Amino acid sequence: MLLIPCPHCGPRNQEEFAYERTLDSVVRLNDAPELAIATLYARANPRGQEHEIWSHTCGQWLRLTRDRISHAIHSVEPL
Amino acid sequence: MGAGRYNALALLRGAITGHRHWGRAWRAAEPRGPYDVIIIGGGGHGLSTAYYLAKVHGIRRVAVVEKGYIGGGNTGRNTTIVRSNYRQAPLQSLFEYSLKLWHGLSDELNYNVMFSPRGALFLGHSDADMARLAERGDAMIANGLDADLIGRDEVARLVPLLDMSPGARWPIEGGLIQRRGGTARHDAVAWGFARAADSLGVDIIENCEVTGFLREGNRVTGVRTTRGDIAAGRTGICVAGNSGHVAGLAGIKLPIESHTLQAWVTEPVKPMIDTVVMSQTLHCYFSQSDKGGMVGGGDPDFFPSYAQRGAPIRLEDSIAQSIALAPALSRLRMVRSWAGVTDMSFDGSPIIGELPLDGLYLNGGWCYGGFKATPGSGSVYAHLLATGQSHPLAAPFYLNRFADGRTIDEVGSGPMPQSR
Repeated sequence: MLLIPCPHCGPRNQEEFAYERTLDSVVRLNDAPELAIATLYARANPRGQEHEIWSHTCGQWLRLTRDRISHAIHSVEPL
Repeated sequence: MGAGRYNALALLRGAITGHRHWGRAWRAAEPRGPYDVIIIGGGGHGLSTAYYLAKVHGIRRVAVVEKGYIGGGNTGRNTTIVRSNYRQAPLQSLFEYSLKLWHGLSDELNYNVMFSPRGALFLGHSDADMARLAERGDAMIANGLDADLIGRDEVARLVPLLDMSPGARWPIEGGLIQRRGGTARHDAVAWGFARAADSLGVDIIENCEVTGFLREGNRVTGVRTTRGDIAAGRTGICVAGNSGHVAGLAGIKLPIESHTLQAWVTEPVKPMIDTVVMSQTLHCYFSQSDKGGMVGGGDPDFFPSYAQRGAPIRLEDSIAQSIALAPALSRLRMVRSWAGVTDMSFDGSPIIGELPLDGLYLNGGWCYGGFKATPGSGSVYAHLLATGQSHPLAAPFYLNRFADGRTIDEVGSGPMPQSR
């Protein structure tokens, strides 16, 4: 189980959080179609560290740097 | 090569000689390239691909390289359910092709994969569920598949364990059953394909992890492994769970994320259920193995992970749902739970086709439903690796369908693997 430190509420149970997408997969409104498609669909999916966007039930959006093998959370910042 | 044909006479002979004559089921092959085809990944799909390459296409200079041991990955971690009851035609056709192969597989491989077409039942818990199941059933029948929409009484007769009382946590209105679906012994599937492929000359190289690709310009000419470089004409990735990682070694990003899926098994008991019971509304599924254990599972863990271990909350969900449906399960002790890494593609359907590098192909993205496709997936992938052309059944599952807007999205949830 993950214990995720919400910047607003402090450490909370994983159950209260939802993974959204990777930080590099947010499509900008004025992106060219090729870039938008790559952003939507291409993932590095690394066996290791990745930057991710999560949300907390309190409404806070988080930027999580997390290891996808050890599940260690290296940093959490408000987004 | 191999241990000869398995038959009743050999069993009888063993009864007299103490069963000491059984040899290895497949050789411990050393790399000895160049090969016509290298398949990365010795799971069920990779081994069946090798088998059909040798058997159907006559290509016998084939190697399967596996980072661990045969049967140690997702092939031995799934809940062994086999069915083809999809709603969309491309998925129906691919999985039905596979289901037909399942029905003759033990004879084909001379290996008892314990395929048991005991019926795969989707439960409906509401009027809306029944309408949805009816639509799916109609779509299946229209494409020549078998589907029976059954009422509450028929469900109760088929699965007396289900809670049909007025106070049931999840009321059951009926269901959709595919009677030709069922289960198979998953290890036996890997072992059977490994033995059959080996007997046709395929080299199965275990403890051999791919660490990179050999390249000549834009062409892949083989693989770098922990046991040295191996050259090949064509290289096929078949490592579902780790597709993103292996494609990444070639600098390719895929519309795939790796997520964790858990399963559980109880102590073995006498036969208590002879159908595969699934609820897509709740998302749990359970069946009884031939050994007697109740095997079940539920949702994936909803976030990317390669860890092969999951969180207790998801395990609790699927067990709570299963117990609510069949209260007798609460009397059993759970003996094991485990997790596998699923290749969650961004439309929920597999990806079978060429990659942007010449000579490099992909079969992956099976999400949490790859086991049932094992023979069919291998057959169509063998066609691709032998001819360089997609098998007609695999053609809709090409990689660029995402850019072309031709996604095959059964549940319509878009590029959000955690929402499936």
